[in-house]
Amino acid sequence: MNLPVNIPVNSEKQRFFFEHYGLTERDLERYLAAALSAGGDYADLYFEYLSSTSLMVDESMVKSASQGISAGCGVRVVSGERTGYAYTDDLSAERILHAARTAALIASAPAKATVAGFQKAAARSLYPVTLPSVDAEISAKVELVMRADKAARAYDPRIREVRASYADELRNILVVASDGTFAEDSQPLARMNVSCIAKTEGNSARGTSGGGGRVALDFFFGEKNPEFFAKEAARQALLQLDAREAPAGEMEVVLGPGWPGVLLHEAVGHGLEADFNRKKTSAFAGLVGKRVASEKCTVVDNGTMPWRRGSLNVDDEGEPTQETVLIEKGILKGYLSDKLSARLMGIADTGNGRRESYEHIPMPRMTNTYMLAGTDNPEDIIRSVKHGVYAVNFGGGQVDITNGKFVFSASEAYMIEDGQITAPIKGATLIGNGPDVLTRVSMVGNDLKLDEGVGTCGKDGQAVPVGVGIPTLKVDRLTVGGTARKDPGAFMQ
Amino acid sequence: MPSTELETESTGTDLKELATDIVARAMKGGATAAECVVREGDEFSTLVRLGQVETLKESGSKSIGMRVFFGQRAASTYSSDFSREGLDRMVKSALELAKITSEDPFAGIPDASQLGQLQGNLDLYHEDVYSLPGPERIDYARRAEKAALDFDPRIKNSEGGSFDAATGHKVLANSHGFVGEYRRSYCSVAAVPIAQTENGAMQRDYWFSVARTLKKLDAPEHVGKVAAERTLRRLGARKVKTAKVPVVYDPMVSTSILEHIFEGINGDSVYRGASFLAGKLGQKIAGDNVTVIDDGTMPGGFGTSPFDGEGIPTRRTVVIENGVLKSYLLNTYTAKKLGLQTTANASRGLAGTPGIGPGNYFLQPGAKTPKELLAGIKEGLYVTEFLGSGANLVTGDYSRGASGLWISGGELAYPVEEITVAGNLKELFFSISEIANDLEFRGAVACPTIRVDGLTVGGE
Repeated sequence: MNLPVNIPVNSEKQRFFFEHYGLTERDLERYLAAALSAGGDYADLYFEYLSSTSLMVDESMVKSASQGISAGCGVRVVSGERTGYAYTDDLSAERILHAARTAALIASAPAKATVAGFQKAAARSLYPVTLPSVDAEISAKVELVMRADKAARAYDPRIREVRASYADELRNILVVASDGTFAEDSQPLARMNVSCIAKTEGNSARGTSGGGGRVALDFFFGEKNPEFFAKEAARQALLQLDAREAPAGEMEVVLGPGWPGVLLHEAVGHGLEADFNRKKTSAFAGLVGKRVASEKCTVVDNGTMPWRRGSLNVDDEGEPTQETVLIEKGILKGYLSDKLSARLMGIADTGNGRRESYEHIPMPRMTNTYMLAGTDNPEDIIRSVKHGVYAVNFGGGQVDITNGKFVFSASEAYMIEDGQITAPIKGATLIGNGPDVLTRVSMVGNDLKLDEGVGTCGKDGQAVPVGVGIPTLKVDRLTVGGTARKDPGAFMQ
Repeated sequence: MPSTELETESTGTDLKELATDIVARAMKGGATAAECVVREGDEFSTLVRLGQVETLKESGSKSIGMRVFFGQRAASTYSSDFSREGLDRMVKSALELAKITSEDPFAGIPDASQLGQLQGNLDLYHEDVYSLPGPERIDYARRAEKAALDFDPRIKNSEGGSFDAATGHKVLANSHGFVGEYRRSYCSVAAVPIAQTENGAMQRDYWFSVARTLKKLDAPEHVGKVAAERTLRRLGARKVKTAKVPVVYDPMVSTSILEHIFEGINGDSVYRGASFLAGKLGQKIAGDNVTVIDDGTMPGGFGTSPFDGEGIPTRRTVVIENGVLKSYLLNTYTAKKLGLQTTANASRGLAGTPGIGPGNYFLQPGAKTPKELLAGIKEGLYVTEFLGSGANLVTGDYSRGASGLWISGGELAYPVEEITVAGNLKELFFSISEIANDLEFRGAVACPTIRVDGLTVGGE
């Protein structure tokens, strides 16, 4: 088999697997040829070398510190709608060839020779760190967690338990495919978290905070420093000490800007991933061109935002990420796709093919998903509510993409009574229906904000980092899962 | 104890020598104690959708992790690189990293006298999970899906039928001379059908069977049929009015209550006061009918192992007896913090300090059948699925998204969805008013059908 290869010379950093594993272009040709030896339509190789560090301070002691390396190669062969996959954590030629031949078994035809030369993905640098944090001095990371511990304890004597953690990683990847794809990337990721418990006589509450992104260590020595996260966690814990029962039933809900964008991620984001729509298993299947939100709503997925946790220069299939409009002025515009969905559905690849690691098959996933700012003043939005809930912080969420029902759990919320924010309320789950919740968005604030950089999304057992964001927005009717009676007459005993 | 001709004896392996060698190298490098864990595994999975193979995945992997102590300072490292250089670097990094951690008076590996393992055949490993030839494995997945698709014309689509098999091998060694290993096997068959009404509304549900040996796996046809029934009964779901009514938890969701108890009584939550159950040892935390057991020794169990993540023989622990909290679940560290003995519940991955995990952990069943339990309820909610998390063990606040069936006149009447179930766990554990007799282990945690009173169901 003859596979013409034309790879432009690249920077030192971008030659990771060639330098560290002695990999050559000739090897890549051989592996792809083995993958297509039974006649698949397409094959790709995903090389990954992941190094990570984590630290935790607990009871003001650095109780654990950990470092690790995980490396391997995944081989995928696609034949029609069928996917064969095998991986190895041993990067020797013998083991990669074995994986390639195993994945090849999905097809059953004569060998194909369809590689037409590698095309290098356009260079882009959304996270140009000079020194990846994983290579930075560990003492600086120790300083971060110790400072967070100190700041949280100093915030208020009622703060008793503090845990602060710091974790970073550097993921080097190389993706090559029989369609000529050739992409390398070096993806840093760092994150800091603070969790604390406030205690008074007979009462306790927890507060958490965190942030980060595809950033270097110096990020945490700027505005978003350990003290920032520590104070935020402590503030939330203290606030919850005085929280009263949350109401139950349907009511007006105002979502604060930033992380409450998890609403979009659950309510519409997952339902717009192309694999579910190709299989027609999503409540959004067949709704392109139809109204799925009020005209004040424009929702995008954008993998190209510098330094963001959900951003990528190229996705895990080697395709450059992009900004994709999902909903424009309330009308559904399209789906988030990967190579397989794009080919089978005859739509463009939006560069959303992602995977957790070399052990996993890529699939359409979100990057940073947010709603564009509107024109309403956030204060006017609050003032417009007679009786409702103002939710500003959330835990996680979940969706059943087939019936469209989604939940997200408020961890910091307040009652709104007669246009005024009043008492804080206990954590409550909010539940709604994805395809129509956004049709009830009646006001959209001018204050778009993205989250601090802590989101991790799970799908089919695969976790990937993502971002979310919204401006302040008002949903006219959403079910709040509290315990307090809104209208005693409506209760059955 | 059952034995089969396919059971293989654990024998001395290269991995045991490797783990022992890594421990020795750490000690030679100045560590005062060390521990090494090696894991290897193989996996096979296939998904068939609408009769066609959609994915086939087959692979094996191996990884190694270690923990070292310099007096009371600890650090850990791990690697998937088993080359000489890879292992050298792992040992060197661990020894370096331990210099920056704090002196923790309670840190350390267990005392030598505590170490050991259960003897005899625990019936955890059967090579037969891989005995099916490739085409038959695919056929298992295909048969499960087909049974669901053929069950009713309203089953119009599917996320597929699947067959998975896996084996794992775990080795642990430490500087007190402990070396242990065990193998476990697993196979499962599942179906995820989608049903549709005439107006286009879709519902999805699933069913599965999981076992350590193919011989105990349910027939794919049975799995597909149950999946279809569970999906069909959701069609036409509606919302309900906000109400305070009895809530019945299907066994697929009642395990969540046991998980909340676990979160509240594991040593980690207890010593840091992150649970309202901390300090309640010997006190009533639930009704008289509630008895909860954790047993890591049950032959063939999904939560069984001969030793825990620190090399201590697993055991049976009564956690709650007739509503009284009898024991926390602990590892060595949290036991020392609380001045207690470990319950051999240390769990560990490759990196970091050992966590705490359950063995076979279950609620003692009652006498009534699930049907008899339902018969006593005039109006209520039968929950078959929860969405999202929403339990806070610090405060006890409990609020979850749910769907299921409405109970009317003692019977399941119609499907309901887009509702919430809320209350406080402090009261909830006392409000488990009835427990049915249908305890079945589908995983390490198992719970019968239960009835809980006093919860708020949120809807319209």
